[in-house]
Amino acid sequence: MQRFYEVMFIVRPDVADEDLDKLITGLEQTVTHGGGTLRSTEKLGRRKLAYLVRKFGEGNYVLLTIDANGSLIAELERRLRVSEPVIKFITVRMDEEEKRLAKVKAIRASRKKLSAIPAEAPEPAAPAAPAPASAAPESATPASA
Amino acid sequence: MADETTTSTPRSESPAGRPSGPGGRGPGGPGGPGGRKFFRRKKVCKFCTEKIDAISYRDVRLLQGFVAERGKIVPRRLTGVCTTHQRRLTKAIKQARNIALLPFAARF
Repeated sequence: MQRFYEVMFIVRPDVADEDLDKLITGLEQTVTHGGGTLRSTEKLGRRKLAYLVRKFGEGNYVLLTIDANGSLIAELERRLRVSEPVIKFITVRMDEEEKRLAKVKAIRASRKKLSAIPAEAPEPAAPAAPAPASAAPESATPASA
Repeated sequence: MADETTTSTPRSESPAGRPSGPGGRGPGGPGGPGGRKFFRRKKVCKFCTEKIDAISYRDVRLLQGFVAERGKIVPRRLTGVCTTHQRRLTKAIKQARNIALLPFAARF
């Protein structure tokens, strides 16, 4: 079962750019060899940290979005933990959140479509799915009367 | 007997009359912030009105509006956020704190 994760990690600021790229490619290969899919890699650049981490005030933020199963994530986290340039990391599971957002968007799209139909009498967008079903006969009766 | 009836009726009227006054005004006060006598205007939840679905730990600017100067999370009675969004907001702020995007305690 592939789950959607976001892994954000901070690399210490005194590593060179090519070393950073090497590190990222190494992690990407871990993901692909372990049977996961890499959705995107984002380098958020150098940022000032909100507090001192291992005596560093700044860090290079990197964000990876991947589809993987749990064991692959454990392997990836182990690698991040032992790698010396990485000073902090966080893994957030996003598949449930994605499902919820898709559901909300689907409800909003279906509501908009119903309110866009010009056949019925102009009625404000119905708050829930049963409401349009009841609104149709309601608007039909005053039209017939 | 006649005296008993006349004295008992006014006594029954006054305890019945008094609770109706503060009983009607009572829910008006504790309905808003607790401890105020008059009505405070109902603050609306920013996420509900603007229809912001996802509160990510990554958008620091959005989260900073709900964090006090010392880094503490502002209670929802001051910001007017609804319960579901306050819980999501808290989770996002704590994630952001873990990844050093927000401080745990600021302004020493």
